[in-house]
Amino acid sequence: MINYILRRIGYGVLILIGVNLFTFMLFFTVNTPDDMARMNIGGKRVTQDAIDKWKVERGYDKPLFWNAGEDGVRKLTKTIFVERSAQLFAFNFGASDSGRDIGYELKRRVGPSIALAIPTFILGIFVVIVFSLLLVFFRNTYLEFWGVTLAVFLLSISSLFYIIVGQFFFSKLLKLVPISGFAGGADLVVFLALPILIGIASRLGGEALFYRTMFLEEIGKDYVRTARSKGLSETVVLFRHVLRNAMLPILTSTVAVLPLLFLGALIMESFFGIPGLGSYTIDAINSQDFAIVRSMVFVGSVLYIVGLILTDISYTIADPRIRLA
Amino acid sequence: MPKIVFLATDVALYGLVVAIAFYVWHALSTPTLRQTWRSVLHDAVAMSAAVVLLAFLAVAMLDSLHFRSLLPPAQGAAADAAPAYSTRTLSVLDWLLEKPREAREKSYSVPLGTHGFAKESMIVDGTSIRDYPRLQFGGAHLKDTDAEWARDVVVRSVTGLAGGAAGAALLWLLVATLRARGRTGVRASLVAIWHRNTEVPWRAMLWTATVLVLFAGWVAALWPVYHVFGTDQTGNDVLFQAMKSIRTAVVIGSLATLATLPFAIVFGILAGYYKGRVDDVIQYLYTTLSSIPSVLLIAAFVLMIQVFVDKNPQMFETALQRADVRLFLLSAILGLTGWAALARLLRAETLKLSELDYVQAARAFGVSSANIMRRHILPNVTHIVLIVAVLDFSGLVLYEAVLSYVGVGVDPTTNSFGTMINSARNEMSRDPVVWWTLAAAFAFMVALVLSMQFFASAVNEAFDPRARAFRVRRPKASPRASGHPAPAAVAASD
Repeated sequence: MINYILRRIGYGVLILIGVNLFTFMLFFTVNTPDDMARMNIGGKRVTQDAIDKWKVERGYDKPLFWNAGEDGVRKLTKTIFVERSAQLFAFNFGASDSGRDIGYELKRRVGPSIALAIPTFILGIFVVIVFSLLLVFFRNTYLEFWGVTLAVFLLSISSLFYIIVGQFFFSKLLKLVPISGFAGGADLVVFLALPILIGIASRLGGEALFYRTMFLEEIGKDYVRTARSKGLSETVVLFRHVLRNAMLPILTSTVAVLPLLFLGALIMESFFGIPGLGSYTIDAINSQDFAIVRSMVFVGSVLYIVGLILTDISYTIADPRIRLA
Repeated sequence: MPKIVFLATDVALYGLVVAIAFYVWHALSTPTLRQTWRSVLHDAVAMSAAVVLLAFLAVAMLDSLHFRSLLPPAQGAAADAAPAYSTRTLSVLDWLLEKPREAREKSYSVPLGTHGFAKESMIVDGTSIRDYPRLQFGGAHLKDTDAEWARDVVVRSVTGLAGGAAGAALLWLLVATLRARGRTGVRASLVAIWHRNTEVPWRAMLWTATVLVLFAGWVAALWPVYHVFGTDQTGNDVLFQAMKSIRTAVVIGSLATLATLPFAIVFGILAGYYKGRVDDVIQYLYTTLSSIPSVLLIAAFVLMIQVFVDKNPQMFETALQRADVRLFLLSAILGLTGWAALARLLRAETLKLSELDYVQAARAFGVSSANIMRRHILPNVTHIVLIVAVLDFSGLVLYEAVLSYVGVGVDPTTNSFGTMINSARNEMSRDPVVWWTLAAAFAFMVALVLSMQFFASAVNEAFDPRARAFRVRRPKASPRASGHPAPAAVAASD
C-alpha cells in the first residue's frame, strides 16, 4: 500500500514537471517576454526602453535556460526557467506582474474560497441525492417523467443565467440578501447564502441525471431483489439498501473533486465579489497577469493530482476487495 | 458581382455539413447503422428536437456565406479600372435582414417600443421639455403612437400569425403529399399522420415546425417596423443579435467537438492497441493536459492568440476576418484541451476489442497493425465517438458563455450568447430593468441547447444499449404502482 502510494506520488511529480515545462513553453517561448511586456504596458507604440524596464523590474530580462554571463551554478540558476518556473515546486510563487507577492495572496484568499466551496459541495450532494432518489422512487410515473424533463431543462440553462436572475430576484426584488460582497463573522451567512443556493441549483440538473442512472443500475442487482422478496417495503429498500451501496461509487467519485474546491468557483466568486482564488484568477486573466495565471495553473494541477491519489486510496478503503499493487 | 469571402469557420462549417451528408449516405447504405438510426427516427421527442436543430442550422448556414458587395465605380474612374469592393463583409443573413441590421436607435428601447427608454431634452414648439424621444425606426410609421400602437401591433400580429398558419398548413400538405407518393391519397396520408399511424413521428415534427413557422410569421410581420426584442445599449436590434449568435454557438459546438476527434481517436486507439510504452506515454500526455484546470488552460492559449493577432495585424484584411480567426482558433483550442475524456473511453474500448477473436484472427493472417486499427477497430468504436460528439455539443455552447464572461471567449465584436449575457449583467441592475437582452439570449440558447440534449439522448440510447435501460418512459394508460421494479431496471440486471 505504502509502496503503491509512493509510486503514485512519483507519477504525480512527473506530471507536475510536464505541466511546468508545458506552461513555461507556452508563456515564454511561444511568446517572448517582449510580447508580454508590450501587451501589459499596452498600446502599439511602446518604446524598447519601456519594455526593457518592465522586464528588468520583473526579472524577465534574464536568458531562458542558460545564463552565460554568470559563473558556476549561477549559469543555471540565474535564468527565467529556474527563477520563475522551477521555483514553483517549492511553492515559491514570486511576485505577480503587478508586483505583489502571489504566495501571500493565495494564503489570504483560500479562506473565502473554501467558505463558499465546502457548503456548496456538501449541501449540493445532499440535495442531488435526495432529488435523484425521489426520481428513482417514483419511477415509471408522471412524476419521474416530469422530474427528468425538469432536470434536462435545468441542465440546458447557462450557469450565468442562474446567477443573474438569482441576484435580480433575491437581492434586487426581494432584498433578502446583499447583491455581492464578503464579510467575516455572522455576516458570512448573509453574503454566502445566495451563491451557495445558486451553486447548488446550477449543478442540480446534470448531477441528478447522473446519480439517477447510478441508482437505477444498483436497483437491478440481486441483493435488491432479495430484499424485496423478503417483503421489505420499497422505501426501506431504496433508502436503506440501495442508498448505502450506491453511496460508495458516489463518494469515491467525489473525492477527486475535493482538493479542487480550494480553487474556488471561478464565476460565482467574481459575480458575488467574494475575494477568493476564483475571482483572483479571473482578475489575473483580465489584466493579463501571466505570473498569476502560471501559478494558478501549477496550484490547480497539484490539487488535481492530490485528488487522483486520494481517489485511489479511497477505493481500497471503500471496497476491501480492491488490492492496490 | 460581389466578391465571395471564405472565412475559416465558413469553410469548416460547410465541410462539416458535407461530412454529415456523407455519413448519412454511409448510414443509409449500411444495414446495421440504418437499423440503429431507425430508433432515433421513430422517437417523437428526438425528431421534434431535430426540426428545431435544423432551423438553427439553416440560420447558421445562411450566416456562413460571406461576401463583400461591389461598390459603384468611382466618379471619373477608367472603364477598365479594377472593381472596388466594400470593406464590410456581410453574410447572406445580414443581407436578408438588412432592415433591422441598419435600423439603429440611439440606445435602449423596449420590445415593440415606439419611444426611447430614457428621457431626453428636446425642443417642441419652441420650448425645451424632457420627454421620451420617438424612436428613429421602431414604430416610425405611426403618427399618433398612443392611439394607433396597440391596434397596429395586434393587426400585424394577426396577419403574421395567419401567414404563419397558412405556411404551416402548406407544410402539412406537402409532407402528406410527399409521404403518399401517389400510392395512397393525400387525404389518407394526412389522416395517417394525424392519428400517428406513421413510422416516423410526422405529427410531432409537424407540430414543432408549425410553432416555428408561426413564430417566424409573427416576427416577419412585425420586424420591418418594430424592434421585436427591443434594442440594446448602443441601439442595435436585439433579435438580430440573437440570430447572429446562433452561428457562433453552432460553430463552437460543432467545430470544437470536431477538433477533439483527431487527437482522441488517434491517441485513444494507439494506446489501447499497442499497450505498454505507447500506452504509458499517451496516458501521461492526457493526464498532464487534464490536470490543468480547463479555464486556465484555455485562457493561457487565448492570451497567446491575442498576442499573435496583435503582432500580425497585416494578416487579416478586415475586422471580421480577425474576429473569425479568433473564433476558429478558440474552437481549435477547445478541441486541443478537451480530447482527454474521449481518448480515455476509446482506449478502454480498444483494449477490449483488440483481445477479441476477430482481431486475433486478423493478426494471425498477417494484417498489418495499421490496417487492423483502421479496418477492424475504428469502425467498432465510431458509436462512442458519435455519442460523445452529440453529447458534448450542448456543453460547449454553454461553456462559450462562461468563457466570454471570463474574457477569453470570442472576440468582443462577434455576436454570441456569451457577449449578450455579459451585457445583460449590468442591465439587470438598472432601474427600470432592461430585461429583453437577457430574455432573448435565454430563449434562443435554451431552445438550441435543450433540443440538442433531447436529440443527443436519443442518439445515445440508440447506440448504447446500456443507456436504453435508463430511458424514461412516459407512462401509458395506467401508471404503474411505484412498488414494482421498473421494467427498465429488470432489463438492466439481465
